[in-house]
Amino acid sequence: MAHFGKPAAGSWTEHFGLSTEPISYGDSISPEFYALEQEAIFKRTWLNVGRVEQLPKAGSFFTKQLDAAKTSVLIVKNRDGVIKAFHNMCRHRGNKLAWQDFPNEEIAGFSRQFTCKYHGWRYDLDGKLVFVQQEQEFFDLDKERFGLAPISVDVWEGFIFVTFNPDPQPLKEYMGKLGAGLEGYPFELMTQKHTYRSEIGSNWKLFIDAFMEFYHAPVLHAQQATDEESRKLQEHGYEALHYDIDGPHAMVSSWGGMAPPKDLSMVKPIERALRSGLFGPWEGPDIGELPEGVNPAKSKTWGIDSFLFFPNFMLLIWKPNWYLTYHYWPTSYNTHVFETSLYFAPPRNAYERLQQELAVVTFKEYGLQDANTLEATQTMLQSGAVTEFPLCDQEVMLRHMHTVCRDYVEKHKSDSGAVLAGTASPSNKGA
Amino acid sequence: MAAFPAQFAALEPYADWALPSESNRYAKRLASNMDELRAFYDTAMPLLESEADYLKNVSLDGISDEDLNLLRCLEALVTVSFPVEAWHQPYVPDSGAASIDVVVEPRP
Repeated sequence: MAHFGKPAAGSWTEHFGLSTEPISYGDSISPEFYALEQEAIFKRTWLNVGRVEQLPKAGSFFTKQLDAAKTSVLIVKNRDGVIKAFHNMCRHRGNKLAWQDFPNEEIAGFSRQFTCKYHGWRYDLDGKLVFVQQEQEFFDLDKERFGLAPISVDVWEGFIFVTFNPDPQPLKEYMGKLGAGLEGYPFELMTQKHTYRSEIGSNWKLFIDAFMEFYHAPVLHAQQATDEESRKLQEHGYEALHYDIDGPHAMVSSWGGMAPPKDLSMVKPIERALRSGLFGPWEGPDIGELPEGVNPAKSKTWGIDSFLFFPNFMLLIWKPNWYLTYHYWPTSYNTHVFETSLYFAPPRNAYERLQQELAVVTFKEYGLQDANTLEATQTMLQSGAVTEFPLCDQEVMLRHMHTVCRDYVEKHKSDSGAVLAGTASPSNKGA
Repeated sequence: MAAFPAQFAALEPYADWALPSESNRYAKRLASNMDELRAFYDTAMPLLESEADYLKNVSLDGISDEDLNLLRCLEALVTVSFPVEAWHQPYVPDSGAASIDVVVEPRP
């Protein structure tokens, strides 16, 4: 039985002009496809690498390991307060510039300049080469030519993005209608941050799949609700309030969040005692009116909006006025690093701190179940025993995301094919 | 010197739960059996229920050592509530070898 309305086309999937046929997971089990994604997606799109609060003053920096784009980036605030990004690489003989103890681990801190561990070359906060050890031994070395290799960087609503695209679309334009609808949300007030990291044995898209539909929630996470509530949830199943797609990005708006629940016996004792749970503290801070793009169906039962900004940045806005980000960083075709950050308004007392801790720990308990399920999915997909998978209308966002990935890869293949054809010398044509 | 404010004296036997990081609290939960988790829960939960007003008056700026111990111990109660209220075992069912590790967290 339908509880919420659907578009006139009869389904969200058809409304967005997507096929209703079963999909293939060939894009998630192939080293060759992953190699194409690196070029077509991770070296072309805007990637969110952090927030402005991570760079509080001139000289603040952090590094980000981006295996999917085959590099590490160094993001720094210069003396003028401008955020700069560089390949994290010394221009002398290519050593990684900023790292400690383990070259592949990300670091953050404060520095007036960056000194290479290898031969002591030094760069200022603008990436300019300012010192060369035994400079007189070099051959007419022009230091101006050997600054750090810059990367395009831009900021949207306090989120720092980089792109390796030599001719990028402006970030604001890239974020499109869904991004515009969130502008003005007071992200900057929510500075109480908890970050988690996990190495996952699955293709990066499989975890996005898991978090772009709530169809699984009443089943996989059944034990996290009380028995009676769990029975009700499974009986009703899951329907979203609203879906939207704009370019490569998508969002789902959902009901939920018991804030506070109609019947207190529906929730666990710790939730009753702390008036908090998966959806956060039942009574959140007052942040005034929300931007137009939040709760697009303007539903009274609204609980959460979940946005996917392609390719790998998910932003969740919760009704009790806090937000969460997910990032899925591929490390190979069947592994990725999953990062979650939960952001709250700073707690005013010990009780509020505990309310937030319950939301954080609940995320982790759910996440552990999701993470392990993904490894089970990946290994079976890799068996190749089955190649067609039916998706329902509540899985429209993941159908769209896989379609976008394939489209980016196909476009990249035809563009690079065209370039190759265009540059092939006539003498090769008969070969 | 007592580890906790006077009205939380019943927590004294569980002072070793007052750990600074979520990762420490989670590790201690996994290293405990259900009897141990239940004993801590059964002592701490009624205090959380009855002393919410006290906690609402504890500011995090310049928090005293006793209140900090209390806060950490109750953060551990949050971690322990899952095995006791939902899982009936210390670890998350079907979580296998998966791990999700904290890399940034506020102190306290």
